Amino acid sequence: MSNTYTEEDLAKNLQEQEYKYGFTSDFKSDTIPVGLNEDVIRLISSKKEEPLWLLEKRLQAYRAWTTMVEPDWAHVNYPKPDFQAISYYSAPGQTKKYESWDDVDPEMKETMKKLGISMEEQQRLTGTAVDFVVDSVSVATSFKKKLGELGIIFCSFSEAVENHPELVKKYMGTVVPHTDNFYAALNSAVFTDGSFCYIPKGVRCPMELSTYFRINEGGTGQFERTLVVADEGSYVSYLEGCTAPMRDENQLHAAVVELVSLDNAEIKYSTVQNWYPGDKNGVGGVFNFVTKRGLCEKNAKISWTQVETGSAVTWKYPSCILKGDNSIGEFYSVAVTNHFQQADTGSKMIHLGKNTSSTIISKGISAGQSQNAYRGLVQIHASADNARNRSECDSLLLSDRSGAHTFPYIECKNSTAKIEHEATTSKIGEDQIFYCQQRGIDSEKAIGLIVNGYCKEVLNHMPMEFAVEAQKLLEISLENSVG
Amino acid sequence: MELVLDNKVLEFVSDFKKPETISKVRKQALDALNGMDFPTTRVEDWKYTRVGKYVKKKYKQVQATANVEDYTIADLNAHQLVFVNGYYDESLSTIKEDDAISVHKIEELDEEYYSDIVDGTSENVFSLINKAYQTGGVFIQVKKNKKANFPIHFLHVLEGEEVIANARHFVHMETGSKAEVVATYHSNNSENSFTNVVLEGHVESNASLTINKLQSEAKNVFHISNELFVQDESSNFLINTITTGALMTRNGLEVIVEGENCHTEMNGAYLGTEKQHMDNHTLIDQLYSNCTSSESYKGVMDGKSVGVFNGKVIVRQDAQKIAAYQSNKNILLSKTASVNSKPELEIYADDVRCSHGSTIGELDEDAIFYLRARGISAASAKQLLVAGFIGDVLDKVENEALRTNIDELFLNDFGWKF
Repeated sequence: MSNTYTEEDLAKNLQEQEYKYGFTSDFKSDTIPVGLNEDVIRLISSKKEEPLWLLEKRLQAYRAWTTMVEPDWAHVNYPKPDFQAISYYSAPGQTKKYESWDDVDPEMKETMKKLGISMEEQQRLTGTAVDFVVDSVSVATSFKKKLGELGIIFCSFSEAVENHPELVKKYMGTVVPHTDNFYAALNSAVFTDGSFCYIPKGVRCPMELSTYFRINEGGTGQFERTLVVADEGSYVSYLEGCTAPMRDENQLHAAVVELVSLDNAEIKYSTVQNWYPGDKNGVGGVFNFVTKRGLCEKNAKISWTQVETGSAVTWKYPSCILKGDNSIGEFYSVAVTNHFQQADTGSKMIHLGKNTSSTIISKGISAGQSQNAYRGLVQIHASADNARNRSECDSLLLSDRSGAHTFPYIECKNSTAKIEHEATTSKIGEDQIFYCQQRGIDSEKAIGLIVNGYCKEVLNHMPMEFAVEAQKLLEISLENSVG
Repeated sequence: MELVLDNKVLEFVSDFKKPETISKVRKQALDALNGMDFPTTRVEDWKYTRVGKYVKKKYKQVQATANVEDYTIADLNAHQLVFVNGYYDESLSTIKEDDAISVHKIEELDEEYYSDIVDGTSENVFSLINKAYQTGGVFIQVKKNKKANFPIHFLHVLEGEEVIANARHFVHMETGSKAEVVATYHSNNSENSFTNVVLEGHVESNASLTINKLQSEAKNVFHISNELFVQDESSNFLINTITTGALMTRNGLEVIVEGENCHTEMNGAYLGTEKQHMDNHTLIDQLYSNCTSSESYKGVMDGKSVGVFNGKVIVRQDAQKIAAYQSNKNILLSKTASVNSKPELEIYADDVRCSHGSTIGELDEDAIFYLRARGISAASAKQLLVAGFIGDVLDKVENEALRTNIDELFLNDFGWKF
């Protein structure tokens, strides 16, 4: 991937109408039989050589999960996944960890090349440390040494359990408890791996930490678990990008992301989500049921930025619990749905501390026959004096068969709070397109231009390289959607 | 029909008089009630409104007479229809000479026509209780291409302890007709009563209906109203809902727009004190193209009161060129008051302009300071700002006699002058 994205690149990309990252890499996997019960959980735990306390946690979550029912309040329709027909563990055949880049399976290198994140280039050009996850086990971690010098821990979740059990024990499940919701409980029971990141007191992470997730083995759900802890006064920017190969059966993705931002710390979490959305007829695609939540202590800040273009069904509400006084929560989102995609996404801002403030900017774009819903919650508790919230949710409709919905929940129990919410829904003005066409820009390009301008507010909050990729994704997702 | 006391709803209605004549509407309502339960806060539509406490009580159906002089509106010069505890009291009512309207008892409403109109609309347990155990109500017909010469005033009074008032009304606006309905709700020497009213109507093409609703019942009343209106093409519908009374209020308002070129307007002002709970639940369902709708609800909450707004606009597929606007603004006057707001848009057509906004806040300190710096007392400053805030909703009430009445109510209840 180069940093400059030219018009020719766009033209080339536009020719690839179908999902560009749809391929399956063919390497040996270690997969356990389908089904879910306590034995499977014990098996996962033993395969990963986990300590007893983690197994206990898993079993506790599993038992809670069995008492829960799948939520159906979201504005989405999909065949309910059969949880007994999923294999809950899949790891690439090799068990040994790579010492250097040369040791990596060539096929895997090829996979990464297709994804446009060639390690060498990434390392050389952008100075980004990549923790690349194929299915559930991390296979490559770079820049570890440099991060190590600063005391920053950035590793796979399993490694963290092995090497830093005290940190994992202390923070895991504090933001998203295993009883939180159906999918969080499922994840807590069967999660296979994920990322762990700890920034020590007062350290400003010098580079953007990024993880590329990828579902690879057919029929395996991916249950990632991410835990980012920013200790007092630290700063980190974390990137998460998703692509998945083309599949006909639906795949389930139920991740849990927990962020802990201690006093005066700041976490910036950016996501590009581009799981396989299903084909033009709505066949296949990933079910993306994610629980993402961050906890802010005093003067802390958490900022979520997301570009969602993939998945057949998305169900995702990155949230901030503003517990400490003067803490800040932000949410910037672009959600694009095309063909038969369905998205129910938004943010929750829970204000507990004094002088807390939050901002929600959500841009929805619906094309084809897709349904795109914003669902958000702003909750001001009685203790949150002078809390402040501003929410803006705009929806753009690109076809007369698509839908855009807004379901904001605003709950205020403190009179000193100031809450503003506004939302608009409309299509691109014909006069705007006419204006562009008049100047020799064809309608397809004109729409790209307008959409980009519409999303700028969100994309501006992303790190440079990510923003470029996101912009490219937007163009590809909306290709041929206007008629 | 034999009622089995196996659930709360059946228990609740067990003492009510079984209707003498089982009409189709009643039969359907009775049947539907059989399998129903009262909503809990786990039901999305009732998320912020807890009725459990109120439906545990037993209410009596009591036909009574009341002194309604205090509640007639001076200079309104209207057809006055009085309902005491949900029973139509003809002796207290005055129907003026008017060739544009005819007043019937609700029983005279043609059931085939009615079923056709409300077909496919949603019912809840309270509207069903009303329809099954209604004790009175009127069916108003406003004749084709006529304008009602006088406003029609539905005057509801609660009299006595723990009574239930199940009045049910229907307003039929024929093609090209125009009328204004004033619906007021009061309580007279009444404690812990339950008003469960249903007001429905059909606004045919080119007709225009305005409703002004004023509810100022005692602050221990449980008030549920279910309003449903169906609009045909090129019709106008405007409703202003002003709520200051009752302990627990739930105003359920639904407008189904079944024709092109319609305009729908809903305005509301709710002012809560003490432990009052005020819930405004609205739905505008746009099924056809080229319609406009505007919704503006404003709340001022004091004491430990709770304000709830849940408005929804649905624009169906192929209902193009819809302009829908929705706004909910709230002021919290005390630390212990709270507001839950949920403005929703559900859009399935692309060529639309829909927007909504919601704000919650307290009075602007700078504005109060500005007024105080000019020698205006803190109380007056507050009053001025509140009056300015909800004034634009009250200004939608064009009827001067009614407006004067509302101003008096505010002056008496809150000491606010407009």
